[in-house]
Amino acid sequence: MLDIVSRRRSLAALAALGAGPALAQVRIDIAGVGGSRIPVGIVDFRDESASPQPIAAIIRADLERSGQFRSVEAPVPLSETSSPVWTDWRARQADALAAGSVTRLADGRLDIRFKLWDVVKGTELAGVAQAVHPDDARLAAHRIADTIYEKLTGERGIFATRMAYVTKAGPRYSLVVADADGEGARVALTSPEPIISPAWAPNGRELAYVSFESRKATVRIQDVQTGKRRVLADFKGTNSAPAWSPDGQQLALSLSREGGTQLFVINRDGSGLRRLARSSAIDTEACYAPDGSRLYFVSDRGGGPQVYRMPAAGGAAERVTFSGNYNISPAISPDGRTLAYITRAGGAFRLCVMDLGTGQSQQISEANDDESPAFSPNGRLIVYASRAGGKEVLMTTTLDGRIKTPLLVTLAEVREPTWGPFTR
Amino acid sequence: MKLTRHAFTLIAAAVLAGCASNVKLDEPAPVETRQPAPPVVTPPPAPVEPAQTAVPTVDLFSQYTQEVKDKRVVYFDFDSDIVKEEYRPLIDLHAKRLNANKKAALNLEGHTDERGGREYNLALGQRRAEAVAKSLTLLGVDAGQVEAVSFGKERPAVQGSGEEAWAKNRRVELKDK
Repeated sequence: MLDIVSRRRSLAALAALGAGPALAQVRIDIAGVGGSRIPVGIVDFRDESASPQPIAAIIRADLERSGQFRSVEAPVPLSETSSPVWTDWRARQADALAAGSVTRLADGRLDIRFKLWDVVKGTELAGVAQAVHPDDARLAAHRIADTIYEKLTGERGIFATRMAYVTKAGPRYSLVVADADGEGARVALTSPEPIISPAWAPNGRELAYVSFESRKATVRIQDVQTGKRRVLADFKGTNSAPAWSPDGQQLALSLSREGGTQLFVINRDGSGLRRLARSSAIDTEACYAPDGSRLYFVSDRGGGPQVYRMPAAGGAAERVTFSGNYNISPAISPDGRTLAYITRAGGAFRLCVMDLGTGQSQQISEANDDESPAFSPNGRLIVYASRAGGKEVLMTTTLDGRIKTPLLVTLAEVREPTWGPFTR
Repeated sequence: MKLTRHAFTLIAAAVLAGCASNVKLDEPAPVETRQPAPPVVTPPPAPVEPAQTAVPTVDLFSQYTQEVKDKRVVYFDFDSDIVKEEYRPLIDLHAKRLNANKKAALNLEGHTDERGGREYNLALGQRRAEAVAKSLTLLGVDAGQVEAVSFGKERPAVQGSGEEAWAKNRRVELKDK
């Protein structure tokens, strides 16, 4: 299963753009040599036009965006029932090949099947069939991309996960839920007042966010599937920066109810409000470590805002960021080993990553207005807000900053991304 | 000569007014109007000077409300939450107004310029709003009459970049609740 990875690592593969995605709105920017990327052929599925979505193109785009694959031209008509000619595919320098078919069932659902082969060995690695509602065609394609990713890298894929983000078009703000590729956007809330800081619940069923609909910042929780919403925090002053604990039972909050902006924790049902720390500074942007033991947060108790951490129940804080005088918006990788954050360097706000073991940090962006980073659930990608061509856009990047992809860009301004968990 | 109803009314009015002139019945009637004249009610004579026992009530709250009409914003320096000296008179006026009516209340809405993170700027705006609240409560305003809230960088007064726009966005707005 991992032979393909080790074979690739012994070669210095140059990043050549393979068959690009058919979707006009997703552009792949290869910023540099992306290490060794696995060449894989994805053949257009037989009878793909029976599906409202282009299955093979979605799979190709997913794999390319991960930074770990590149597409090989696959012009030969094949399906999961074919017997590929291995010498042809080795000549095309593909390490793996996937092909499939789409069939419309009598009940209106789509039967989507595929197979994945190891080209070098000529063996079958995976074969899956799914029957889905036509509205779930994109999801089916993402699941296939996840299976291919897992079989060839040994890691879990994130292509079937979802993101949430905020858009602003003129005076209207929307909270949007979309696939991890930025497509399939569904509007969860639309408002004439700002919405900021959306945060996915660990179970992927709810979103917490800050809404200014009552002319001040209050924290709300909304069930994504039913649209039902409730107020979590509407105390005196400003209520903001919701952060779910890893077990989904509590949220850390920034509240000004006792003066200043300070950290509190509250149960998911709104009971049990408790202050976590006491300082005469601004304490905000709390973010739980994945094992739930610690809280990372931003404080300007030392002058300018820096990232600190303390025990999750409160206690002595230790400083984490030391270079520069302005470091904010911490995000922790799912394995707890990497910190992503935003640093201000000479007036520009840039995405940085820090190895929490060594304390070494690195700026991985050359842009000027980066904001709010969030890790993918497999820890391989970071989504963040940035500016390109005078507009707000969302970007994903590999942790070394080498492969950056703008996500779907619309006429609206896009900001505040948050990456949903593994669920589907 | 026909004696019209109008002539009668005028004669009656003259009589009622205690007018000394005699209108002879066979003299031509004065100019008549087409519409029937409304009944004339004599208004009481207007007082030339106020009564000596009069005591008009000065509504301080209304007076101050008028005075703060165009004084509803305090501006701040970059990275600062200090209420500058030049705003002392404005703060003073608002304090007097709120002290004149203990039921009146203000929302103090804090803002920042567009630079920096949204949550940190929300906290900076909150700090500015609380600085203005403190200035007011130090002058006797009840804590319950002022609520400090923040919009961070979400609601700029002026769109665009550069110091000119940024200076107009670093502010606290004093709004009636």
